[in-house]
Order: sequence, then C-alpha cells, then structure tokens
Amino acid sequence: MRFLPHTQEDIQEMLGVVGVDSLDALFTTIPQECCCRLGLNLPEPLTEWELDSHMDDLAGRNASSANYKMYMGAGSYDHYIPTGLGYLRSRSEFLTAYTPYQPEISQGTLQAIYEYQTLASRLMGTEVATASHYDGATALAEALLMSIRVTRKKKVAVSQAIHPLQRRVVETYLKPTGYAIETIPYQADGRTDLKALENMSDYAGVAIQSPNFFGCIEDLEAAGDLAHRQKALFIASFTEAIALGLLKSPGSQGADIVCGEGESFGLSRSYGGPGLGMLGSSKKYMRNLPGRLIGRTKDLDGRDGFVLTLATREQHIRRERATSNICTNNSLCALTAAMYLAFLGGSGLRELAELNHSKAEYLKGSLQESGLALPFASPTFNEFVVRMPAGFDATYKRLLDQKIIAGLNLAPYYPELADCYLMCVTETAAKEDLDTLVKEVTS
Amino acid sequence: MSDALDTKIGTTGLVLEEKLLWQRGRKGRRGVALPTPDVAPATLDASLTNDGPDIPDLSEVEVMRHYTRLSTWNFGVDTGTYPLGSCTMKYNPKTNERQAALPGFTGAHPLQPQELSQGALEMMYNLQNYLAEVTGLDATSLQPAAGAHGELAGMLVIHAYHTAQGNPRSKILIPDTAHGTNPASATLCGYESIPLASNDQGVLSPGDVAALMDEETAGIMVTNPNTLGLFEDNIREVAEVVHAKGGLIYCDGANMNAVMGIVDMKEIGIDVIHLNLHKTFSTPHGGGGPGSGPICVTAQLEPFLPTPRIVKTADGYALDEDCPQSVGKLHTFYGHFGVMLRAYSYIRSMGPDNLKKASQLAVLNANYIKARLMDSYQIAFDRPCMHECVFSDARQHEHKVATLDIAKRLMDYGYHPPTIYFPLVVNGAIMIEPTETECKEDLDDFIAAMQAIAREAIENPEALHQAPNNPKRRRLDETTAARKPILTG
Amino acid sequence: MKEIHELSLPDDVRYAEDHEWVRADGETARIGISDYAQDQLGDIVFVELPPEGTTLAKGEEFGTVESVKAVSELYMPVGGEVTAVNAGLEDTPESVNSDPYNDGWMIEIKPSDPAEVEALMDKAAYLEMLKGSA
Repeated sequence: MRFLPHTQEDIQEMLGVVGVDSLDALFTTIPQECCCRLGLNLPEPLTEWELDSHMDDLAGRNASSANYKMYMGAGSYDHYIPTGLGYLRSRSEFLTAYTPYQPEISQGTLQAIYEYQTLASRLMGTEVATASHYDGATALAEALLMSIRVTRKKKVAVSQAIHPLQRRVVETYLKPTGYAIETIPYQADGRTDLKALENMSDYAGVAIQSPNFFGCIEDLEAAGDLAHRQKALFIASFTEAIALGLLKSPGSQGADIVCGEGESFGLSRSYGGPGLGMLGSSKKYMRNLPGRLIGRTKDLDGRDGFVLTLATREQHIRRERATSNICTNNSLCALTAAMYLAFLGGSGLRELAELNHSKAEYLKGSLQESGLALPFASPTFNEFVVRMPAGFDATYKRLLDQKIIAGLNLAPYYPELADCYLMCVTETAAKEDLDTLVKEVTS
Repeated sequence: MSDALDTKIGTTGLVLEEKLLWQRGRKGRRGVALPTPDVAPATLDASLTNDGPDIPDLSEVEVMRHYTRLSTWNFGVDTGTYPLGSCTMKYNPKTNERQAALPGFTGAHPLQPQELSQGALEMMYNLQNYLAEVTGLDATSLQPAAGAHGELAGMLVIHAYHTAQGNPRSKILIPDTAHGTNPASATLCGYESIPLASNDQGVLSPGDVAALMDEETAGIMVTNPNTLGLFEDNIREVAEVVHAKGGLIYCDGANMNAVMGIVDMKEIGIDVIHLNLHKTFSTPHGGGGPGSGPICVTAQLEPFLPTPRIVKTADGYALDEDCPQSVGKLHTFYGHFGVMLRAYSYIRSMGPDNLKKASQLAVLNANYIKARLMDSYQIAFDRPCMHECVFSDARQHEHKVATLDIAKRLMDYGYHPPTIYFPLVVNGAIMIEPTETECKEDLDDFIAAMQAIAREAIENPEALHQAPNNPKRRRLDETTAARKPILTG
Repeated sequence: MKEIHELSLPDDVRYAEDHEWVRADGETARIGISDYAQDQLGDIVFVELPPEGTTLAKGEEFGTVESVKAVSELYMPVGGEVTAVNAGLEDTPESVNSDPYNDGWMIEIKPSDPAEVEALMDKAAYLEMLKGSA
C-alpha cells in the first residue's frame, strides 16, 4: 500500500532491534478483553482510480453551483475563486505543516496569518483580530462568553435577526453554565427593534448581525450607543464577509467585539464547512480573547519575525481557566482568506461588493415590478426577503427540475414568514439568468 | 565530526526575504478578473458605506510570488520527518485533495434540498458508520469541528444524560497527563475538574479513581493510549469503578492511531470517544487547522447527539432535525464537510486490513526509535510503548543542555522537533511519534541526528544553546512579544 | 535558575509558603513575590492585580503573574483591603524579575489582623523551607 512503506525485510529487521518476534507481540501489554475480536467490518480498499470513479459518482449526485443556478445565501455564499488561490493554498509547506509552535521553521504560516489578522482587523474595524475560529456561529458564541467574562454579568441580549442556526449554536454554548439569553425581536422594516432593547437591562453583551439574516443593514451605531449606556459590550456579527467591502466597518460604528463568517473570502461552500470564524476586538479586551494570536518580534540577530503569543490565555497553559478550549483552529482557511483578499485588493473588493449589491438590487427591482411584495423596507446588501404568492411551492419544485433553486423558504426559521423566501444574488449570476428567474417565478 | 556531516540533512539554501503584504503592490493593481457589470449600478446611502477597504492592491504575479516565498520558510510533512507526539503527523494523501475539490462537493449549499444532496449525505452517513466500526461504539456525530470541539460535544452529551437522570452532577475526573483541552472543555460545560495522578507506572490506578469517584462526579476523561504513549492497563477496572457510581467514561481518542483494528473501545467501557480526523485519518493540518473531531457514543447516549443527525430512510439519506433530547447545535451546518471527504477517501483507500497495519507499523516505528535512542536519552517509563515514546533531558542536565536546546538543534539537522514539555508529569518531556508513514531509512537518519545531538550536548553544548542557525530565523524573543504585543501591522 | 545560596532574602520582610513576601509598616503592608518565585517563573510578561478597594482574606487569590509559558496564582499572605496597586507593572512587568522586593512590589493593603503578619516565616524559616523542598 503506497502510504505504508515497510517491506517484510524492513519489518523483520526492526522487530529484531525491538526484541520481539512479531507485530502482534508489540501489543502484549494490552489485556485480551480489550482487544477486537473480529476484523474491522469496512469495505475493501479501492485503488486510486476506483476511488476517483466512486467520488465522481457521489459528487455527481449533488446539485451544486457547477450545474444549478442557486439563489441562496443564508450564511453560505457563492463567489468566484481565482485559480491561483487553489495553487497557493495547496502548497505542501502550508498544507501539511503543523501549528507554528516552533517559530523558526514556521515563519511562512506565521507571517501569513499575521497578515490575515491585520487585514481582518482593518475590515472589521477592530484593533486586534484572532487567528481564526471554526465558523461564524462559534465565533459569536465565544464573543458572547467573552462579554460575560469581561463584565461578570450573567445575561446576554441577542437579536432575532441573527442567523437562526447561529443562535442555536449560541444556546448550546451558553446553556450548560446557566447564562440567560434574551431575544431582541425584529421590527416591521426588517431590522432589530432597538426600542425593545431599551427596555432590557443588566446584560453582559448585546449581539446584532449586519447585514442581518434578512439581508437588512442594521443601525449599528444606535445599537452600540444603547449597549454602552447600559454598561454592556456591543457585539456586531456578519455572515456575508463581502459586505465589509462596502459597508461601514462594525468597529467604526462602536462595536467592542466583531465576529462573523469568512467563507465568502475564497473558501468554497463545500456543503457548509470548513468555513472561517472571524473575531476581533479593541485592544482593551485583548487578554480576554479566545483563540490563537500571532505577534511580531525580533530574533537573536535582531531581524523581524513572528511568533504565537499571549499563550497564557489558552488551554495548553491555563487549562480549566482558559479563555476557551480551542486548540486546532481553521488556520488554512484564514490563510485562504488572506490570499483571496490579496488577489482582490481593496479596490477589487470594493468593486466586487458594489457588483453584488447592484445585481441583487436589479433582481429586487424586477421582482417588485412583476408584482411581488417585499415585506421589509430597509436597505439590503446582496440578500433580501420576498413574499411569494400562494401556491409558490409548486413553482419552486418545477424550478428545481429546471436546475434553478429560487431562494430559501423561511418557514422552518420564522413561522410568521412562512410564505417568504430569502433571495441571494452574487457576482456569479448573469443578468439573463436573473431575467429568467423573474419570468419563471412570476409565471 | 564526519558522523554529524553525514546525518545532517538540514542545510541552507537560497531563502528569499519577503515584505509584508501591504508593503507590496500599488493602488489600482488587480489580481482577479472581475465580471463585467451587466446591470445598472445601485448605490447605498453614504451614511451606510465606507471609504474603501484598506487592503493593498496587488497583481496576480505579486500575489503568487508573495505566498510562494512565504511557503519556502515552512516545514511540512512533505518536507521531512515530523515526529510530533500526540499529533500523528502522518502523510496526507494527495488523492484526498482531488476528491475534496470536486465541484459537486465544493459547490453544494448546505441548505439546498436534501433530495439534491444525496451524494453528500451518503458519504457522511457511511463515514459515521466507518468511525463507529473503528471505535466499536454505536453511533456517531460528525458535527464537531476539531478535537476540542468534540470534547465539548462529549461533555455536553454526558451533562445531558445526567440531567435526564435527575442530577447533572458537578465534577469530572481528569488525569494529570491529560491534554489542556480536556479541563478547558469540562469548564465550558460547568464541570469542576478534579485532578487525578497517574501511578509510578504512568497509568491510572483503579484505587485512586475509586477514592475520588462519587455520585456528584459525572465521570472521567481518559486518554487511551495516554499521553505518555502507554496503554491504560487498568482501563476496564477504572471504567467499572466509574460506572458503579453512575458515572460515564469519556475517551480522548487523539491517540487512536496506535490501536485501529486492535482495541475495541466499547469493550473496555468507553461511553463516548472523540476522534481527530486530522490526526488518525490523514487529513492535512494546514498550519493549525481546519480539523474535525467527530464523537462516537454508546446506544444509550445516542439520543443526546447534536442536531441534525444523518439518517437513512426508505427514500434515501436525510437530515433528521427531530431530536428532542439532543444537546443542540455546535456548528452552523453539519461540521467540516471538506475534512470529512478527505477522511472518507483515506478509509476507502486503506481498507480494514491496512488500517490495522497502519497501527501496527506506527507502534513498531515508535518502539524502534525507543530501542535505538535509549542509550542517548533518558526514557521516561521503561516499558513497551505504543505509537509514541517519551524521553526527557535528564542525562543532558549536567552539561546544562535542556530539552528546548535539543529541539532547536534538531532543526539545524533538518527535522521538525518532537513535542516538548508535554505531558507535564515528565520534566523536560520529549515526545516522539513517528507514525507509520516513515520508512526505515528516514527513521535511521532521524535517530542518527538525535544521537549526534546527544554527543554534541557533551562535546559542544554551546552549539545547542545557539541553535537553530540554519532556518530563516534564529530563536525569537517571545518575552517581548508577550510584554508588548504587536498583533497587527 | 539560581542556586539557593544565590537567592536574595532580605531581613525586613516576612515570607509565605506560596512565596509571597509582606513588608508591614504600621497601618499598611506591601506585598510582592520572592526572588525564588521570580526566578522559577522566568521572564515575567504580565501581572494581573485586583482593583483598589477590594477586601480579601488570607489565602484568597489576589491576582496572577505570567511568564511566556506559565501562569501562577497569587495568594494573600495576610488578609486586608487593597489600598494601592503598582501601576508601573503594566508597562514594566520585568521589575518583578529585577527588583522583586522594591520596584517589583505588587499591592499595598491595610491588614485586617496584624497577628497574621507575625505568623508568617522570617528569612531563616523561609530559607529552611526552600532547602527542604530542593
């Protein structure tokens, strides 16, 4: 087997050195009752070529952006990824390296992630950013736990317009330690009801997503002012990172902690993972941040270099008192995001964001002109909610046969919006396709 | 000295300096081809928009050169031997990458109709079963995104089980050899970590466990094989002691690479185990992640697994959200699907006999290294090891050479150092895990380098104190980095 | 690491088992960590201290001291109210290494029970304790 180099001769020679006469003899310290009685019941091995066929078959039984027109976002977005990116992130020295605990031979990873931290903090508008978390949901959960640690209060306020699946992750994280989660409802225009927030008190942090799950752009500055008057931390989150190319950064709007999903930065959707949890905060809260941090320093010869730093926050040193249990993070995904941003550049990112917005507005306008209602009046970025006519279910299914996925039905997440669909348009949708969609949806 | 020259594959080459990203480029350069707008430009109110993101503009060529240069400063498994204990740095098969990159996988949206996701769901369903088979347990959740995440999932399952029994309990036993993620994960669940010392054989004693186990203790988090590279001989008795008081056994399965097809985790009394796909199942480390940390549980604990479950029905494969006793959700979607694809490809490539062989050869390689280095370094526990062996710097103390110096000098010889200063119970620990993918010649070269360094420690300790000299940077000032952190540029 | 005979052990302080020292001066007492403690920790990078006005009992944790690779809790050698903290340690935590008994002082308290100070070890007893555990 090509991944197992040992020949029979190798094995015999090595057994001789060890002083036992068979491979089985290496396991005599294991009591008999602990051993497998039978062999593993797994399929026989496939050659590389058989595996290729098998995986082609599995992949072929999925709809994907390769063969379907998908107008869905909801935390997972379709963006063009430059070919060069695939080459760079696949370089063995990046791909097969371990965590950079030995900095002298890890300067590639360390400088690249320091660069990622810098770009991430600039886009989020924070003073510092961590080296990555698993996804936007766990980053949000960590941000809320951080606000609890900093303020020592036991309650958080979370907007109902935050991605519903992310809110479920937050519940899972906060429940066992008994922290309370108060939900801030959304209002008629699709944004969080800040009047309701005014009536809440005594919370450690308030979390608002912008653009929110409905695609609506929130009034972060007002929310932040409210939170600060209540002596709470303001946490702003996002699921569509491209929006950071166009909208005011959450940090500039008063967010103490910013978190979100970075999948749009050059990672493919890949049925939901791996994505990229982004997290940043003011320097004031730096020592309370969870996750790895890379810092700049000098070596013995006075040359600039990079190292993992502030490790005393982390589990391998602080153990049960660590700021988080995270060890392995999503480093290669952070590296990919930095590479993507490098390919795009600031001006490219701005243009891309504007293009996303324009295409979504075009679809929005066309659907409205065709007579469909938009329940929420607030400005949106590249996602918006549309109310479909009765019986749309059948149309939706018909469109699936035409390899068109006409948005995401909100019924499972917001029963009061059961007849509504969340539509997403990115730079990957051509005008003719949008025209076709409008025609089909309204016919 | 000629020995040293023959064994030293580490040398210098033309390693180029490279500026920071924002020191490159020029405003207006572009590294991508953006689509030509085919709709009218829409604008947002100026009160909502920023002045343009502060990201440098580079051409495609500059981006390629920037990152290609950075990559040359790194050391990966493809570069050379990477004997990091408890990390299982085995070879990452390239076929895995080909499979994970198929457009039918990369372009799939997690919330697309399930009937249009049968390929993805079938892969996940089968992977669940394969992992259950390897561990001997009954049910799997692929949702946790890393080992520590799996530990949290496991602790939440234990917490939910006890809550359903009427008392969540408040404590958990954790051996002193445990990885730091164990107590950190317990804390996230509201459990107090009660430390438990290993005995002088390096394993747990049932008597010590019995002394601490009571009805307020939810259970114990064991690592087996443990972080000293030893099989926990008394594990069945330990499990009985804990079960007798209604507790559960969590197993940190980071060291599964030693026992695939050899040990049945369910037989020894484990109730929940996490696996590291980026260790045992060959998915690449990526410089720190992404990983994947699925958990396997007994049938008794299956109802508590995270939502959704991946199930098989008469119509095909589906996501089941109807899990009333589930601990909830730990990831926005289903976990690290791309990593699962790689692990699945690995298992399909290896087959059952080769997985067992991998464990046998991993253990052979570690014992071979142990046998050949025992003359040069102090072995922590003189008994047969599993897939990793632990030495210390005890013999090098008199020459004022520490584990750190040995590790740094190994880089000059052309190797990534082993794990150092872990586990904490061994002073100056040097934990070596070669994995099964190292061939004999590479092992012999690594052993020769370690022996040469042991001689240098006596004849020329200053060479070790000054090491490393060959990599791009020499020892870095971690003290100033922590005193005056500079985290962005 | 220093040999025991190389350690600085002033006469004008009392020592606790956890290696904190106390210099009592009438109504106030200053607290820090001993030369042995700073030597064991290595280069100190950060010291976390309680806010002024906090009242803590003998044995309660009053803060932490960090090196690059380790964290140690700091325990009150005697009980009292924190009246001052050494703000200078935020910028120069290394003072704890270079001058643990003076510039490296950590907190000033108003002791609640002077008898607790007397109950601590003098230089000779602390030295014996260090030798015993060597």
